[in-house]
Order: sequence, then C-alpha cells, then structure tokens
Amino acid sequence: MIAVQDLRVKFGTVEAVRGVTFAVDEGHSFGIVGESGSGKSTVLRALAGLNDDWTGRMTIAGKALAPKRGRDFFRRVQMVFQDPYGSLHPRQTVDRALSEPLLVHGIGDVDRRIRQALSEVALPLSARFRFPHQLSGGQRQRVAIARALMSEPEVLLLDEPTSALDVSVQAEVLNLLADLQERRKLTYVMVSHNLAVIAHLCPQLGVMQGGEMVEMLSAEDLRDGRVKHKHTADLRRLSTELEEA
Amino acid sequence: MSGVLNRAWLLSDAPSSRSQAAWGRRFRLWQDFKSNKIAMAGLIIVVVLVMAAIFAPLLATFDPSTQELTNRLGKPSAAHWLGTDELGRDVYSRLLFGARVTLGMVISVVLMVAPIGLAIGCIAGYYGGLADTILMRVTDVFLAFPRLILALAFVAAIHPGVTSAVIAIALTTWPPYARLARAETLTIRNTDFIAATRLTGASSARIVLRHVMPLCLGSLIVRVTLDMSSIILFAASLGFLGMGAQPPSPEWGTMIATARRFFLDQWWVPLMPGIAIFVASLAFNLLGDGLRDVLDPKQR
Amino acid sequence: MMVRIENLTISFPSPQGMSQAVRSVSMNLGAEKLGIVGESGSGKSLTARALLRLLPPAAVVTADRLEFDGIDILKASERDMRAIRGKRAGLILQDPKYSLNPIMTAGAQIAEAWRQQKKGTAREAREAAIELLAQTQIRDPRRVADSYPHELSGGMGQRVMIAMMLAPDPELLIADEPTSALDASVQAEILRLMEDLVSRRGMGLILISHDLPLVSHFCDRVAVMYAGRVVEELAAGDLVRAKHAYTRGLLDCLPTLSHPKGRLPVMSRDPAWLT
Repeated sequence: MIAVQDLRVKFGTVEAVRGVTFAVDEGHSFGIVGESGSGKSTVLRALAGLNDDWTGRMTIAGKALAPKRGRDFFRRVQMVFQDPYGSLHPRQTVDRALSEPLLVHGIGDVDRRIRQALSEVALPLSARFRFPHQLSGGQRQRVAIARALMSEPEVLLLDEPTSALDVSVQAEVLNLLADLQERRKLTYVMVSHNLAVIAHLCPQLGVMQGGEMVEMLSAEDLRDGRVKHKHTADLRRLSTELEEA
Repeated sequence: MSGVLNRAWLLSDAPSSRSQAAWGRRFRLWQDFKSNKIAMAGLIIVVVLVMAAIFAPLLATFDPSTQELTNRLGKPSAAHWLGTDELGRDVYSRLLFGARVTLGMVISVVLMVAPIGLAIGCIAGYYGGLADTILMRVTDVFLAFPRLILALAFVAAIHPGVTSAVIAIALTTWPPYARLARAETLTIRNTDFIAATRLTGASSARIVLRHVMPLCLGSLIVRVTLDMSSIILFAASLGFLGMGAQPPSPEWGTMIATARRFFLDQWWVPLMPGIAIFVASLAFNLLGDGLRDVLDPKQR
Repeated sequence: MMVRIENLTISFPSPQGMSQAVRSVSMNLGAEKLGIVGESGSGKSLTARALLRLLPPAAVVTADRLEFDGIDILKASERDMRAIRGKRAGLILQDPKYSLNPIMTAGAQIAEAWRQQKKGTAREAREAAIELLAQTQIRDPRRVADSYPHELSGGMGQRVMIAMMLAPDPELLIADEPTSALDASVQAEILRLMEDLVSRRGMGLILISHDLPLVSHFCDRVAVMYAGRVVEELAAGDLVRAKHAYTRGLLDCLPTLSHPKGRLPVMSRDPAWLT
C-alpha cells in the first residue's frame, strides 16, 4: 500500500531525514519510534504532503507521489495530529470541522454522514454543535479522528495521537483506532516516542535516530528483546524499566 | 420544532439544527456583551447617534441652512436649544444633520478600509514569498507618509469635498489593518488546524477565505471600532482645514472650523460640535473595548 | 514534619457557584520523596502550589492546617512567603523553555538566585553557579554557564533549572511534571539526578506527575488523586498491591512491552469515587 524509498528531507542546510526506506501492506500498521529530533514526524509530514521539499520515491497504492498532491490524494490519505488542542480550528464547531472535507470533495448527504461519523468515534450527538474549547482532550482527539475519516480514506497517518492525553483516555483512543482499522481495513503509519504504544498497535516498526532508520523489526522481536541496534536496545531498556510498576 | 425563538431554545445544550446552534451562539455572545455595562453604554450612544442622523428631519426644530441674521451667535435658549451660529442658523438642527455627514463618512471609510486591509494582510501572510514582499512594501510606503499630509495632498489634487475626503482617509487608514491581518495570519498559517485543512485538499483560496480570515476578523472589528474615533477626528480635521465637507454643509469638523473665531466670546458655538465629536468618539471606543472582551477567544 | 496539610479545599468561582478543584486533601511530608499522581484536572498541581501560595487570585483556599516547617501558610504575610518561595522551597516546572529568562545566560541566572540568598561577590556567585551546574552532572559546566537558554536542549535546560532551584539550599523541592516535555532517556537521567541530589542533601521532594509507574521509581510514597481527592496513598513499592479501583485502572490501561494486551482495559469511572 505504502512504499517509501530513500526519502531525504532537508530544512535549509540541515538534513533532517537521511535516506529512509520502508513499506506497509494494505490493512497493516507500521510504527516509527524515535526521540525528539530523530526525524520521525518529518517522514510523516512528507508522506502527507505537508512538506514538498524532499527527494526519494514514495508510492501509495502503486502511484508515485509528486511534491504537490492532487485532491484525489487527500481523499485517500488523512492524518491525525499530536495536539488535539491545536489541530481543531478554535472558532469552528465540530459540525463545521466535519462538514469541511465533505464540501471540499463534493460529497453529499452531509447530515447523515456527520451523525454516522460521530457515532463511529463514540461521541454523543450533543457534541455536534460544540466548539473545541467546550470539549475535553480525549473528545477533541475523537473529533480529529472523525474528521480524518470523513472522506473515507484508505491510509491514516498518526502523529503521536495519544501523547497529549491522559493514560485512561489514551487507552480509549488506542482501542478506537484498533476498532476502526478492523472495520474499515485502514492502513496506519503511526509515529510515537512511546515504544509500548507503538508495539501495542503496530506489528511492524522502525526505530529512527538522527534522521536514519537504524532498525526495523517486529513488535514480537522487540518484546522478546531480539534487537540488533544499540539505540533500540536502549529505548527498550528504558521503556521496560520505567513503565513497570 | 416550533421555531419559537425563546430562551430555552436558544440556550439549549444540544441544539438540533445548525440554525439553532448559530442563533444560540449569537444569543450567548449578546448576553456576554450585555453584562458589560460600559460597552452597553457605548452601544446605546452609538445607536442613539445613528437614529438621530436617520431621523434628523423629524427631530430638527429648524431648517439647518435657514439663516436668521438678526439672531447671530445667540446663546442657548428655549427656541434655539443649543444657540445659533454666526449666520443665525440653529446649532441643534445643524448637529443632527451633521451627524448624517460625519457618521456617513466614518462608515464609508470603514467599509472601504476593513475589507482591503484584511484581504491584503491575509494574502501577504498566507502566501508569503514574493506576494508578501510586494504587498508589504506597498503598505510600508503608505505607512511612511504622514497621514494628514498624504490625505491633504490627495484631496487637493482632486477637489475638496466629502467623497474625496472619504477616499483620502481610506487611503491613509488601511495599512495598519493590513499589518494586523498579516501578523495574525502568520501565526495561524503554521498551526496544525490549518495543516489539517490543507489535508482535506482545500484550495489555498478556500483556506484563506474560510479558515484564516474569520480568525483575523475578531481583532480587526475591535481595531475598527477603536479607530472610528480617530477617523471622526481625522474627518473633522480635514473639514477644519477646509479640505473635507464644504461650509454650507453642517459637518461637525467644518462647524468648529467656521466658528473658531468666536472661541473666546461666544464659546458655545464651537463647543457644541466639539461635544458631539467627543461623545461619538467615546461611544465608539467603549463599544470597541466591549467587543474586544466578547470576541477575544482567550477570554473564554 | 516539614509539610502538614489537613483538610485542604481549593475552590474557584464559576457560573454555577463555587466549584471545588481540591476537596479535603490531607498529607504530610518529612525529609522524604512524595509523588502526587493524577490525571489532568485532578488537582495535583493546585495542591502543591497552595503550599507556596502560588494559586490564581480567584482561588479560595480553606484548610484546617496548611503548614511549612511550622509556618501557617494561610496566615503568613507576603514577606514571609517570599522568604519561603525560592529560598526554602524551590519549584521546578514542566518546560524549562518558559521558566528560564531567554535573554540572560544560564550561569547569570543561577548566580543571581545564589546571590539573592547568600550575598557574595559576583565572582563568588559565578563560581557557585558553575559548581551547582557541575552537581547536576553537566559535562562542561563553564560552557553551559555562558549559554543562553535557546542554545540548550530540553534536558540541559531542566538541569539548569534544578541548579537554580538548589542555589539557595532549599529544604523542599516541588517538581511539577519536570520531565514530561523531555525524551524518555533524558527523563530518566533528570529524575535520577533529582532523586540523588534530594537524598544527598536530606531535602523533601514533591514530585507531581501523571505517570504512576514512573513516579513509583523515584519516590518513597505515592498519593493518587482523582477529581480533587486523594483516593489512595501507598508506599511506592506497594503499587502492585494497590487497592483502589482507580489506581488499579491507571496501571491496567497502560500498554506495556512485557505484557502484551489484545485490547486495553478501559476505566469505568465509579461515581462512588467522588464521595
């Protein structure tokens, strides 16, 4: 479904991503872990078309991606951002946020689709005409997920979708993402600094450091400690040490 | 749904339709605004002034241009509530009709300036690059001139009158709006919610028009109401310098200008239009302050 | 006991009347490390800030007892409070980017904090600042002392913050989510450093966090807060034996590497927890 080959992204003279290659099958999830500045979010933003200054080759469903994406691309690929407080327009109601993708793509039946989207992400109908500031962080992230699903995409790019949320809400959102994937056969690429979260949702993952993907392995190998690169081992040790009570 | 506009319907926590939600929102804003006494005072004065301008022919006790040379520079009396001017015309009636000219000028200036400033600022801020450079340098050129000189030069080049005064004021007032809108756009442009909107596949024009501009509008409206008073004063000073409304016309600034010779002996003649300008400016300022409190999203 | 809190209630005026953000919380602290854990809005930060009287002006605070080393915080004058804040009790916040002055070098800021309490010469202050930076295990303290905050990484900035707070030799350190803006590797280093410094100096530490397992590694005791109340207080090592359903829920809903879960258990909030 998704293939990225030798992706390089430059910010001015600094190369933030230095030759990243990975592939994701349809209906599967791929996770990218790394610390801040490792270039993991940059990969995702280049894939989403939010940054057009890259070299390499990226294909989605066999079609090569150009720096400037057409409208059709945005129907198939959507993204959920880290900060649910910043990713919703502060002056637009949930209703408006959800109807915008429909208007842009000329999809009709707005009222029914919005009701359905709200129920799909388990939000009450009363939330429909609320503003973001009237919702909790978890509810906002559900709205952001619902918005991403409005155009019925095949690929969802998730940029730290739970790291701004409380742990109990994180569990709810992770379950929601798992349910949606099963129901809609979505393909996920998820970026996070949290190894356990990535391993929970993604059977395959890549570890990034300094703009390079230093290791690719399965979640099982990671859990059982079959890691090759030192950085992966370090991250794993920290994660198991600090997260176990 | 009966469609009855009652309180419970407006304040419903779970509106059942878009229009109900929208009306409920407006009603809440209005309630917020109403609780601010000073802003309400400003609004009431503004409404009274506009009403006075609209119904001037009904409220006036004399024809504003009828001269009564036997009663020049009369003190306020039962017949002439605010006295008479140097040609024996009734000051009260002239103020009423002057409100039409002065407020009309202010409103036309605002209607020209706000959309231009908003459009230029948002386009420059959102697109950046060459568009930004060109638009902002043009803005800087206009900002660099002293306002009054630029306006005077412009009016003198065409011909003195209300229309050219309005255009001249508009010409010198838009740059700060463009700057304000650009600054706001620059911070909005890089937010995640604009990135998310780009990901819907929306065109740049749509993003600017429907997502960026509405966010700039709040601070722009506030800035406009706060600027209204300075526009009134600017119009008055153009009138005072003989470059705005021409003498028989009862524009407030012109009235002060023609009556300034009597400042020491018949002080009430220039004082009355002065008070009118002061009250109108103050009212717009109070209104602007109140709007800022209501419209500022950080307050809620 | 250095800190005694009994029946502390903090409320804020709201359109529906007073709303209580912290409800009758009691806790004591000696020269030990106490973790306060809870989700956003649980009142954990407010409780700690009430101790330094750093609450928003609208807050209404009542308590049977709110003492720092025998000083009644509720009755203390603003001058007394200034003698406590920064001198006897330091506060470390989440993001050093916002708590450091962007136009002063790190060294100058630490030196200033030191001079305010110790009254030395500028040279002594600078030497003290470098010594403090060295204590926070910065490899090149002289270079860091001459750096501006924007030239420092998040972890480095937080070390500078810690050095600054330690300058006046305080008895108590309050750290409010000190590492949640940092990478996991740096997070562990900073917490270890704080734990080490606090233990060595015999200070008290209040560590506020949303991360229950993390806190238990660095504290002696953990108080779990929910909706303004302390629902459970237990020794850090006893976390696995936690009794309250909320505490259990917090631990269970975390995805972990060692115990894969097909589906994460979702917490059902019992209204009885509120009473």
